[in-house]
Amino acid sequence: MTGQAKQAKAGAGLTAGRTAPPEAAHAGGSGGSSPRASTVNQARQMLARAHWAAGAFATYDRGTVLRVAEAVARAAHAESARYADWAVKETGFGVVEHKTIKNQACSLGLFERYAAEDLVGPRIDTAAKIVSLPRPAGVILALTPSTNPVCSVFFKVILALLTRNAIVVSPHPMARACCADAAGLLADVAESAGAPDGAIQVVGHPTVALVETLMADPVTDVIVATGGTAMVRAAYRSGNPALGVGPGNVPVLVDATADIAAAARLIVDSKAFDNSVLCTNESVLVVVESVRGRLLREMQRHGAVVLDEAGRDRLRAYLFPDGMLNGEAIGKDAAWIADQAGIRVPPRTRLLLAPVDLVVPEEPFCREKLSPVLGVATVPTAGRGIEAARAVVRLGGAGHSAAIHSQDPQVITRYGVRVPVLRVAVNAGNSTGSAGMDTNLAPSMTLGTGFAGRSSIGENLEPRHLVNWTRVAYNSDPGVPFGDFSSIAPWERPPAQVPPYPRASNLPADDQDAPPDPGAATRRQDTPPGAGSPGGQLPDSVREQLRALIIEELSQLMGG
Amino acid sequence: MHDYDVFSVESKAEVLEKSREFWNPGKTDFWSESGVDLVIDRRDGYFIWDMSGLRLIDVHLNGGTFNLGHRNAELVDAITTGMRSFDIGNHHFPSSARAALAEALIRTAPPNLTKVVYGSGGGEAVDIALKTARHATQRRKIISIIKAYHGHTGLAVATGDDRFARIFLADRPDEFSQVPFNDLEAMDAALADGDVAAVIMETIPATYGFPLPTPGYLEAVKALCERHGTLYIADEVQTGLMRTGEMWAVTKHGIEPDILVTGKGLSGGMYPIAAVLVSEQNAGWLTEDGFAHISSFGGAELGCVAALKTLEICGRPETRSMVHYIAGLIGAGLREIQARYPDWFIGIRQNGVVMGLEFDHPEGAKYVMRHLYQAGVWAIFSTLDPRVLQYKPGLLMTPELCEELLDRTEAGIGRACAEVKGRSRTGARR
Repeated sequence: MTGQAKQAKAGAGLTAGRTAPPEAAHAGGSGGSSPRASTVNQARQMLARAHWAAGAFATYDRGTVLRVAEAVARAAHAESARYADWAVKETGFGVVEHKTIKNQACSLGLFERYAAEDLVGPRIDTAAKIVSLPRPAGVILALTPSTNPVCSVFFKVILALLTRNAIVVSPHPMARACCADAAGLLADVAESAGAPDGAIQVVGHPTVALVETLMADPVTDVIVATGGTAMVRAAYRSGNPALGVGPGNVPVLVDATADIAAAARLIVDSKAFDNSVLCTNESVLVVVESVRGRLLREMQRHGAVVLDEAGRDRLRAYLFPDGMLNGEAIGKDAAWIADQAGIRVPPRTRLLLAPVDLVVPEEPFCREKLSPVLGVATVPTAGRGIEAARAVVRLGGAGHSAAIHSQDPQVITRYGVRVPVLRVAVNAGNSTGSAGMDTNLAPSMTLGTGFAGRSSIGENLEPRHLVNWTRVAYNSDPGVPFGDFSSIAPWERPPAQVPPYPRASNLPADDQDAPPDPGAATRRQDTPPGAGSPGGQLPDSVREQLRALIIEELSQLMGG
Repeated sequence: MHDYDVFSVESKAEVLEKSREFWNPGKTDFWSESGVDLVIDRRDGYFIWDMSGLRLIDVHLNGGTFNLGHRNAELVDAITTGMRSFDIGNHHFPSSARAALAEALIRTAPPNLTKVVYGSGGGEAVDIALKTARHATQRRKIISIIKAYHGHTGLAVATGDDRFARIFLADRPDEFSQVPFNDLEAMDAALADGDVAAVIMETIPATYGFPLPTPGYLEAVKALCERHGTLYIADEVQTGLMRTGEMWAVTKHGIEPDILVTGKGLSGGMYPIAAVLVSEQNAGWLTEDGFAHISSFGGAELGCVAALKTLEICGRPETRSMVHYIAGLIGAGLREIQARYPDWFIGIRQNGVVMGLEFDHPEGAKYVMRHLYQAGVWAIFSTLDPRVLQYKPGLLMTPELCEELLDRTEAGIGRACAEVKGRSRTGARR
């Protein structure tokens, strides 16, 4: 679920060559915007520790892997609401209730979806005479965004655990405290359940320079970058393998064959979800003229307000002063935005519909708005609608996603062919549909935008993308017999503690009274005092500066 | 031609020749005769290079001096930056660097330790510890362990092996006596008269080949000290700074020593410094006469910078975790090697990355040392028990380097076995 929304935000702290967020200046002391050397060095040492952990983890048996992943998923699920609340408070984006849903989907939901997929055991293809042995990536450097902060941490951590990878999470600075706390919790739970020490770590003070250093570190095996375009490009430039994805700008087409009542409900729910800060929230509704009236009436029943020309112009003036997106509107609810724009709407308004004449670059409502404001373009036919949807993606979001409400396979196929995206949600809300929650796509927080979207991955990121397989291939000559691998188990159940506590070698083996662990209290030292609670959030002044940075970056995006 | 800017030398032979002529003929000849004619040229991380170009993995580390690797980049940066502000400083005055390091040391230490006194090396620090104990108890006698090693300065040398004391007429049997390690009765008897100022104890005696204290021994010695009004001085010069997987090894025994001595690794291998940590009630002389011990280079400010950075790195949770991994991997690897040479490689003494490898020959470790040298590993025999090889991997080693080290170690141990015990037997075992 990345998008320009999180693009913009996640990118704010990570744009190369730009002013670093205030935190960086703080960390750097008098050194200005670059972080203090010890901060960088310690963070690099986190990778070194993760490298050790990954080596140990790669020998784990499947039973232990599942036990660890399940324990972590359950702990994450239990804290879904608390972290949703914390994330909204810390970032100011989105809706607690919706973030709770995502946190749940990305914890236990994710585990249940993938528990049956064996990414640990060898695969034996007797017919092809090939044995495939899984080889985890090793050390994953995971960059998580500010818009989907904690659910992205949950998602990437659980993917890493299911595939026996170590992970170092680098959260977006704006969501640092909630993400650091969540990752710390998962690390503790994972270790208690038997994961190797250091399998899950979190960068306590992420800054542009620091993250770029970590991305380029030779110990990093793969970067999984969800966030701003600048950061994703930096990930690809790092020289290390990267799975980074591009932004979205989602068209939704409703043709004359659609179930209009269902389409109206689904679009409103999806667009209003989490105040539309996701990359998968619909951006522009393209509707065939013959059903426009009915559709909009139905949408109004679900809380949408259709703006008249004057209202639309006022909203445009507020939302796009000087043609650039107004940062203060990001992730806010529709009624609040209307009020700010000087438009009178009912208090329970969930969505503002802004009619547009044409899908063209100079119409800002056709771009991603990161708020519950939906552009509405009217077209005479489904064919014209497909071309209008194509025009929406021309403005942004190539390779990402689109939705269609239709009963006509020909139209749906044509839509899939002409609109250059890699997932089309049919008769489903796109925000959860393309993310695999209301469709049978892989449930994911990271949607590959493929070659069209300048990405190395074209699918929804799932566990299998984090594993390579060693192919043990026999001579194909039928005269060369294939071995019997059926009872071979290359992995072992690990000891209770990995690595073992370094006890003196002359202590009796049955003496399990390990001394108290004086390091345990310092293990999460990277998280500064106070960061572990909502009280440790960024001071308002710092947050305001972060916001200013985000707005500046948005301006660049929108003005480009 | 090796050009080091300030000076240059033509060849390794020239260095050896001049070393014999101007420096130390005994040492120079000893190593040449031992088959380890090492003259260290380049050094980087856990590698050192002989002037011949031979690359060696360093698991001698000079007793932990190079815990963090040779010329650790973080330390080089810290000291280079430090040189913009500091030199050795004036030891008479309070100093920002000395105060900062003292505070940092106290924060890592058992809670009863509250004051820091600096020396320029471990020997001086041990002298300071012994003087402090004598002042606090107003007793003269010092008890140490037979084959203990605490340095070569005036008082420290008297606590150690006769070999280093008698040659300089520095043995003082009336004030310094030794008892066998792991012998509680002997310790009890030595303390019984109530006239002993301090017991000084390496937590694991290094130069004696890292014999491990039997479970409960150190704890019992501490209890005896308390009973007899004797101070317990923990010499953590080799065992401290995370080598056992905790900052100070003595804390793994639950002991709060009255005095703790650290050196070697504290310098980061870059700028000499040592320190004595003292409990409040035994630090009286610092108030009574703060000038009672003076050392121009003790607590040199650049040394403080090096030590602060070293302490920071050693204390990171990442470092601690890595030490546990390294100890686990190398311990398991050594046990596998031992299983292939059970009647040659007869013992592994290990606590974290403090390791002594025991061989079935009175000078077994000298053979292994020579063969490891040829196989690209530098590890030194134990001076006071040459059956035992000191084997001290660094704190920040990568898994890849640990595996390479084990590969080379197995080869060296195997070849030494073949030389000592004959090729046929080992061939069959492998």
